[in-house]
Amino acid sequence: MKAEHARRQNSRKSSPTLPGATPTLTKKDYESEQDVRWCPGCGDYSILAQTQRMLPEFGLPREKFVFISGIGCSSRFPYYMNTYGFHTIHGRVPTIATGIKIAHPELSVWVITGDGDALSIGGNHFIHLMRRNLDINVILFNNRIYGLTKGQYSPTSEQGKITKSSPMGSIDRPFNPINLALIAGATFVARSLDRDTKHLQRMIKAAFEHKGTSLIEVYQNCHIFNNGAFFQQTERKTKPEHTVFLEDGEPLIFGEKRDKGIRLHGFTPEVVSLTDGEHSPEDLIVHDPSREDPTLATILSRISEFPGLPHPIGIFRNIERPCYEDLLEQQLQEAKTWKNAGDLEALLSSGDTWVVE
Amino acid sequence: MRKPTQIIEKATILFAGDSGDGIQSVGAQMTQASALAGSAVSTFPDFPAEIRAPAGSLAGISGFQLQFASHDIHTPGDISDVLVAMNPAALKVNLPSLRPNGILIVNTDTFSSRNLKLAGYETNPVEDGSLAKFQVFPVELTRLTRLALEETELTQKQKDLCKNFFALGMIFWLYNRPEDYTLEWINHKFAKKPEFIEANTLALKAGQAYCEATEQFASSYEIKPAHFPPGKYRNITGNSATALGLVAASHQSGIPLIYGSYPITPATDILHELASYKHFGVTTMQVEDEIAAVGVAIGASYAGAMGVTGSSGPGLSLKSEAINLAVIAELPLIVCNVQRAGPSTGMPTKTEQSDLLQMLFGRNGESPVPVLAASRPSDCFETAYDACRIAMQYMTPVIFLSDGYIANSAEPWSIPDISELPEIDVHFYRDTETFAPYQRNPATLARPWVVPGTPGLEHRIGGLEKEDITGFVSYDPENHERMSRLRAEKVHRIARELPPTEIFGGTSGELLVIGWGGTHGVLRDSVENMQNEGFSVSHVHLRYLNPLPNDLGDILKRFDKVLVPELNLGQLLMIIRARYLVDAAGLNKIQGQPFHVFEVEAKIEEMCE
Repeated sequence: MKAEHARRQNSRKSSPTLPGATPTLTKKDYESEQDVRWCPGCGDYSILAQTQRMLPEFGLPREKFVFISGIGCSSRFPYYMNTYGFHTIHGRVPTIATGIKIAHPELSVWVITGDGDALSIGGNHFIHLMRRNLDINVILFNNRIYGLTKGQYSPTSEQGKITKSSPMGSIDRPFNPINLALIAGATFVARSLDRDTKHLQRMIKAAFEHKGTSLIEVYQNCHIFNNGAFFQQTERKTKPEHTVFLEDGEPLIFGEKRDKGIRLHGFTPEVVSLTDGEHSPEDLIVHDPSREDPTLATILSRISEFPGLPHPIGIFRNIERPCYEDLLEQQLQEAKTWKNAGDLEALLSSGDTWVVE
Repeated sequence: MRKPTQIIEKATILFAGDSGDGIQSVGAQMTQASALAGSAVSTFPDFPAEIRAPAGSLAGISGFQLQFASHDIHTPGDISDVLVAMNPAALKVNLPSLRPNGILIVNTDTFSSRNLKLAGYETNPVEDGSLAKFQVFPVELTRLTRLALEETELTQKQKDLCKNFFALGMIFWLYNRPEDYTLEWINHKFAKKPEFIEANTLALKAGQAYCEATEQFASSYEIKPAHFPPGKYRNITGNSATALGLVAASHQSGIPLIYGSYPITPATDILHELASYKHFGVTTMQVEDEIAAVGVAIGASYAGAMGVTGSSGPGLSLKSEAINLAVIAELPLIVCNVQRAGPSTGMPTKTEQSDLLQMLFGRNGESPVPVLAASRPSDCFETAYDACRIAMQYMTPVIFLSDGYIANSAEPWSIPDISELPEIDVHFYRDTETFAPYQRNPATLARPWVVPGTPGLEHRIGGLEKEDITGFVSYDPENHERMSRLRAEKVHRIARELPPTEIFGGTSGELLVIGWGGTHGVLRDSVENMQNEGFSVSHVHLRYLNPLPNDLGDILKRFDKVLVPELNLGQLLMIIRARYLVDAAGLNKIQGQPFHVFEVEAKIEEMCE
């Protein structure tokens, strides 16, 4: 009985391999036996599938992955991953992930969060995670609504949003997660789409490969409470006019016929036609995510806020900077060379002592 | 010729001045000099929340009281034999603490009409006869210090900063304290400002010379060394002892210590101290808020470290939800609460014991958490150590309670022999054949501690109710009751291994005084004094507040009456009455100050009539 119980939580064992050989894992090896209980059609399914699909490619043993989540629909994610997982409390995932990473730096730590979890109740922890730059990957499921509590406006909901808690329209200005992360000093910031599986896979891979905190904001559809929030960006018909894909070294060109581009007018991004005879690709912003100076990335992050401009999709910023846990380890190593390091007896007897015979 | 000395058994001295007057510094020097001279010492630093309140104001007064004696003492003294008042406000605030005929040293240079007015004096008390019942020694401390430093290059303002050492010199002379330790300290402290080494040394010597020369002081006092059990000693504050207890537990268990914290009075010194122990593999993180501090600790414990967070009352309010995550996830976590006067911001620098019920019950759901309280500065070491042991062996969060009084007070500590520290036997689970996340140790009911990264044991835990053994999410009604009872039983079982409760005095009698936490010294002195007067009174001081010791119920039955003195409005009292159905009485004080011995004695007398 016990042995049966014992095996239930980790029942999907990898295919047996010879000792010393690297086991070849597949997507299936990363699926837990828990039934996935998101609403049929939810964008979360795609994010889960792309993650499970990518992990076998990362060359790490399965036990090195830890998925940690807060509270919300997306935060059920760890239960569906056959890795280590911890479903924690609302908004506090970055703090728990930080504790895990500093205690055990070789783990691949993934934070699963939503717009409410990361930007409302956990907003403070979110910005501090971004500035500290631990090697942690954050997937932020942005559906611009509170789903698990049945449909209230979220910190990314547009102004005027009518919900049960905002019957006359929300008067809050929304957060722009990409902009917020950049301003907080994040070293890797990307946006992807639940319906663009190939792009999402690329972003997950790039986040894994980036050493430092990586944020992927995923436009994710909640078809129960906020259906179509991103349809302009995700549906085949409208996507070309409403998205601009950021590619390293490429000018910002978009449109069904790739006939439009984005250039800077002062500090303001604007759309120009590439067929009017007046503009050419040389006039456009050429994307470089490795720029140390975040100014241009910050401007790009705000393009989605201009009416009529396409939403940038891809990696906004990807720079190298020392990781928190490495700096911490350096200090610990240096301290180990100090006099009496690790000598408890010397520590307890430090300071001014006297002996009573 | 040296003036004559009188031999006395004990003395209590109170230094008081503006918060920028260096009162805490000279208090600490007198404490150390007395301890090194073999006296028993007990201290009570009492400072304002304001870092630099307006000079001369009542709000800005910082005090440092210490008692030293040639016999064992448990308190910093009810009432002072000597008051050093650096200005009129210091006099106004502290005069009620000076005994009749006590020595009052006042810095008359600060008794300007402005300062007198700030302190609320209409006339100068030094001149109007209102201090007649004390031995008043008016000293021009500022002018004399300037004179002593005439030859130095310091500015007048810098010279005035040295007047605390002039005052310390006077007290050194009065109690025949050796100056060597303090001279060394000055050399070390001002190594980068040699001009201050010279100046403070001159001021200290000038204070001594002044007393020897002036006719004001006829004789000095001597206190013979106290009889301590043999051993190596050092002075220690509660916060230092807490930090060392945590480091010792980490060292003895081999589990690295990770401390998450946000600065808050009066707990911050634990963070400061631990931050300097990186050479013991101690990681400290000063994070964005109290919730992050406990979150980091929980994450660390989940990943196989000893996660600790420390704070004070308001910080604990913020940590409640996260502590509950550790309750349901059954992870080790040590939460230090250095209590202060509440509610809300309350009185941050003042002591109180009013968080007990919050610690026991202040979380949603049925949330059993072991709670331990340290009784005196040196006891913080053992209690913090034991909190870590329980957390890791029972896989549970544990709350360690201290308070502002013992956190900042100092006393001699007999440095323990490491080989005699209790064993902390921790094993991470690795066996893939028998593993289930909530399969419990049959003795302790602890679930296995599995470090992520262990091959073959991948599993999921979280804040949702878990199915017994498998750890799957479960809404099954009977499973929830079973898990709630298991969590409670696990904490309850800790009582099985507690040592028999120590009773000071007869094991039965008329009155039992039960206390917990930082009131230990006052209660012990009061009970001892009353026993000497012939009263049938005994004292029990509780370290374990959850679970309570198994023998406590029987002990209570053996006394006619029970008194529970607390620095709150009756919190342990409520528990004792509810749990044991005894008609216990309370003695309650909620002034941000410790009990006085006479207050407790009076209550004992009243109850024994």
